[in-house]
Amino acid sequence: MAAFSSTVTITDQVVKDPKTGRGSGGTRPPLPGGGGGDRGGDGSSDHGERLRRTRLGLIVGLVASSMLFVSFTSVYVMRRGLPTLDDRTGGYVHDWLQVNLPTTLLLINTFLLLLSSITVELARRQITRQAALAPLRSIPGVSIGKERNFPWLGATVALGLAFLTGQWMAWRELGNRGFYLATSPSSSMIYVLTGAHALHLAGGLLVLLYAGATALRHKPVEDRRIVVDVTAWYWHFMALVWLYIFALLEFVR
Amino acid sequence: MVAQDAHDPHGNDPHAHAIHAHAAPTSFVRKYIFSLDHKVIGLQYYFLALTAVFVGMFLSLLMRIHMIWPTANLPLLGEIKPETYLSLLTMHGTIMVFFVLTTAPQGGFGNYFLPIQIGAPDMAFPVLNMLSFWTTFIAFVVILAAFFVTGGAPLHGWTGYAPLSALPSAGPGEQLGADLWITSIAIFCVASLMGALNFITTVLDLRAKGMTMMRMPLTVWSWFITAILGLLAFGVLLSAGILLLLDRNLGTSFYVPLVVVNGQIMGHKGGSPLLWQHLFWFFGHPEVYIAILPGMGVASQLISTFSRKPIFGYKAMVYAIMGIGFLGFMVWGHHMFMSGMSPYSAFAFSIMTMAIGVPSAIKTFNWLGTIRGGRVRFQTPMLYAIGFVSLFVSGGLSGPFLAQPVLDIPLHDTAFVVGHFHLIMGVAAIFGMFAGTYYWFPKMFGRMMNETWGRVHFFLTLAGTYAIFMPMHYLGMAGQPRRYSQFTELAYLQHLIPLNRFITYAAIVTISAQFIFVINLFWSMFKGPKASDNPWEATTLEWTTATPPPHDNFGGKTPVVYHGPYEYSVPGAPKDYVMQTDPATYPTH
Repeated sequence: MAAFSSTVTITDQVVKDPKTGRGSGGTRPPLPGGGGGDRGGDGSSDHGERLRRTRLGLIVGLVASSMLFVSFTSVYVMRRGLPTLDDRTGGYVHDWLQVNLPTTLLLINTFLLLLSSITVELARRQITRQAALAPLRSIPGVSIGKERNFPWLGATVALGLAFLTGQWMAWRELGNRGFYLATSPSSSMIYVLTGAHALHLAGGLLVLLYAGATALRHKPVEDRRIVVDVTAWYWHFMALVWLYIFALLEFVR
Repeated sequence: MVAQDAHDPHGNDPHAHAIHAHAAPTSFVRKYIFSLDHKVIGLQYYFLALTAVFVGMFLSLLMRIHMIWPTANLPLLGEIKPETYLSLLTMHGTIMVFFVLTTAPQGGFGNYFLPIQIGAPDMAFPVLNMLSFWTTFIAFVVILAAFFVTGGAPLHGWTGYAPLSALPSAGPGEQLGADLWITSIAIFCVASLMGALNFITTVLDLRAKGMTMMRMPLTVWSWFITAILGLLAFGVLLSAGILLLLDRNLGTSFYVPLVVVNGQIMGHKGGSPLLWQHLFWFFGHPEVYIAILPGMGVASQLISTFSRKPIFGYKAMVYAIMGIGFLGFMVWGHHMFMSGMSPYSAFAFSIMTMAIGVPSAIKTFNWLGTIRGGRVRFQTPMLYAIGFVSLFVSGGLSGPFLAQPVLDIPLHDTAFVVGHFHLIMGVAAIFGMFAGTYYWFPKMFGRMMNETWGRVHFFLTLAGTYAIFMPMHYLGMAGQPRRYSQFTELAYLQHLIPLNRFITYAAIVTISAQFIFVINLFWSMFKGPKASDNPWEATTLEWTTATPPPHDNFGGKTPVVYHGPYEYSVPGAPKDYVMQTDPATYPTH
């Protein structure tokens, strides 16, 4: 909150800011755009800084995670186009079997996951508002009334679990149709891609559960906000990854 | 003025503590084992790599002995069987590449000095940092375990080519040992990804006031680009490793075609060994730069400091690092010219590979330009930096030979390749680590290393490595294949045995010389002369703080940066170097 740090900031600029009082020529003054060293010193702006840093870390992490899926995609595309030697006829054949996906079930799962993306966004906005109001609550005599706090976080966890259950049912259904992990390179890739995605989502669920658990232990709302915020963005990204995987499996059979 | 306090003249800057979220630990476990302090984690990485390098060196010694005395009966180990020889080379390569060349320059020195050099109190995510070290440690334990399981360590070389690596029945080491090998690599990938994430975020977000990107020391630039390479490469290796584990254990056929082992048709069908090679080398080639870039950073830093001159062409150096990193992703096919590749692809990969010569030459000429006309101080760290340049050039010059498909056909899988990559990737990177050790030791431990023994170590190691690896180029051109256990039995290689014997003797001498280094390292930690805060009269931020640096690096202060990292011999300045935190201005800039 800028208002609280104004004194510090002014002192910063007048007395300590090395941009002022430079002589002509010579050394270039320190340029803005350095790291966190030049921000105000009170608690709330520190939270803003940590939030920004954690979001940056998330973006970097998502690049790494994307490379995993990019790599699997390249295997998918390459293995699909690869002919193989048939031991009976001695000729080249394609062993890539077209898998009949349980599309209806997967569409329901997609709907659940997109819904969870909305709920996690609402949870993110809710906790952002709570974190913004937290300093006001600590002022004696200030009352900002009761808020209706729908448990969006809980709803997200429930929807996420429903999605994972749905994916598990989809794997069972694939098995019923005769497509196991080793049946055909196409079915192998389906399990690998959906499995990697499910593991990513399970990780996100664990973090959301952690955020809920820390709420019960009365951790500062600002700390929880960072966790929820970053996980929400992660969750959105994983929803996009799912749409991508679904489209790949559906349209590039 | 060394570090500027942003808020309060007593140095009780609340903000510094706010960034440095964790307080200084007090218990032994939190301080030295599960520490969150990037300096302790850096040393943990360093000593892990030091352990690994001795394991790897011991394996190479056994290999060299086996090569010229294939039936020798060694004490404790007995006779080395041909399959054991393959295990030795696999584990030597894997341990050296992952747990030495990737671990020490980036995890060790990068962890310790990157935050200090950009004026940060710690890495961006200290807990993640601790996790990445301990994950690396677990990976190391898992790979060592491969020696002790039934069948022993795997045989498939550090490149793990399928189908050899994908079939447990392919050889004694390909059973549980190979599973442990792949698992270890996968764990290592996760650890490296966490590390890379931390490095990138730290550089982008935690630089001190005034530390613009173009004021960062070249060491920081090289660690930063290395982290980006790791971020993009290790995910691909991880995916490849997962698929390999599925092929081995769950009957999929990603990499394994219809294949017959000992008259038995394996259950696999239709997989492509080339697929593994593409995925592996898409990681594997950037990995070469992951190993060498930090060494380039250290060489740049030291050559400027010890020549008392600004680095020649700072911006060119930065863009050259970026160029090498970028091109590093375009050239993986040059490892596969012999694997059945379209001549058009081979041509493209060949051109891209030779293009890497351009930024590499820019760096080399800038190093030479920095030394030229300088008042060079030939202290041990500088000797190693020059040694790095020497090895980088010697190893690099054979690169354009191998980059041409036509020349690669006879040279592929010969000792020529072994000589080439050991010089440029192995020993050059090791020289970067030695340079870093001798240079930063006073900051890390508060004492100086012994200079005389440092020089003895340098000259023995330099002469020794050239004696080992230079003749290998000749051996390769004479047709000696790599990875052959008992070549002494082959008639056409008889005349090469004396030269091979010479290499083995040189290896024994060079390996023995490394004990000089280890003794010097540990002796100096306790008995070396006390070091001042800035013994080399260098300019970067780690030399402005106490020795060894306090828990939050700058003792509650936040440094402010006014200068580039290499302002040596500035006219008008009172000394021949200007600290980055010196607020004074000098007219000619």
